[in-house]
Amino acid sequence: MSAREVKVYSTPTCPWCRKVKQFFEDNGIEYKDFNVAEDSAAREEMINKCKQLAVPTICIDGEVIVGFNEAQLKEKLGL
Amino acid sequence: MRELIIIGGGPAGMTAAVYTARKRIDALLLSKDIGGQVLTTTGVENYMGYQYIEGFELMQKFEEQVKLFPLEKKIGQGVAGLSQLDAGFEVTIDNGESHQAKAVIVATGKRPRPLNVPGEEQLRGRGVTYCAICDGPLFTGQKVAVIGGGNSALEAADDMVKIAQYVYLVSLTPFTGDRILIDKVRDASNLTAFLEHEVVAIEGESRVEAIAIRDLKSGEENRLQVGGVFIEIGLIPNSELASGIARLNELGEIEVNYANETGIPGLFAAGDVTNVLEKQIVVAAGEGAKASLQAHKYIQRL
Repeated sequence: MSAREVKVYSTPTCPWCRKVKQFFEDNGIEYKDFNVAEDSAAREEMINKCKQLAVPTICIDGEVIVGFNEAQLKEKLGL
Repeated sequence: MRELIIIGGGPAGMTAAVYTARKRIDALLLSKDIGGQVLTTTGVENYMGYQYIEGFELMQKFEEQVKLFPLEKKIGQGVAGLSQLDAGFEVTIDNGESHQAKAVIVATGKRPRPLNVPGEEQLRGRGVTYCAICDGPLFTGQKVAVIGGGNSALEAADDMVKIAQYVYLVSLTPFTGDRILIDKVRDASNLTAFLEHEVVAIEGESRVEAIAIRDLKSGEENRLQVGGVFIEIGLIPNSELASGIARLNELGEIEVNYANETGIPGLFAAGDVTNVLEKQIVVAAGEGAKASLQAHKYIQRL
């Protein structure tokens, strides 16, 4: 599971971002968190690579999921 | 066939779940998510027992309490359909599974109301947002539009004047929010309000570039260049699954009586999805408790 690259683009005020990160922690999934409120390079990456302007945007091995969708996350992670 | 299915994981659904589990009813809790609308509420100061608690934390506490009981749950799948059987109900969820029970409590809450204008759906997540506290910081230094004239719109505008370059506030009506918020917004030097204006379209290719608005009095149209559109025009009930079975009022809410009965034997509803007078966390929780106790009595009588 840890071989996957999991990125979370988030803002500190966003409750769904907390939900996503909590979900990864509860399931032992390693992830990299990017605070796009401050990190403008990460924000550009989210906009240009993921074509998203909303948080949380989650990128699992290049596949993009927007929002906290537990069923979709479980499916992508094989949980 | 189970005894009861509770649909919804907000304050009404989770309270109903706890009451139900304590009665040892054979029940299933189905919900797309846990916490519902409360998750995006920053601070709660009127839920008794807590002088101040973040909406997120309060819902974590609700969830912890639900987990204390051996109640079956399926979280993460939306509910696709509800139908009546000879002696109960069938609930279908997004992955195609169906579940049957003698009684159902619908506690599905509300969701943000869309504007229903061209461009809105295509540009959702590409500059169109319904969650100002989530996505606000993405528009630092940009021009944005906030749509609406009530408290949510005014709060979003007040947040955005601090981080955006310029804020346009567009409302169909004069402001309807609290005086204190109206004054704050009026005092902001980087905000222009367009009252009694409607949004005609949201424009842009891969990202929001502008909105077109129309003055309701003169009919004059105007184009505002913005990178973000915050839609804060109220909420609509998630009552679609009950339409065609239960009676809905003119707002689309499920009509229930004081006992949370819909008029269809075995079908109960609770919280913001219903015609209950006030949409408050404490009210929704109370309604969830009432609906669970009524459902228990109904099951006992069968």
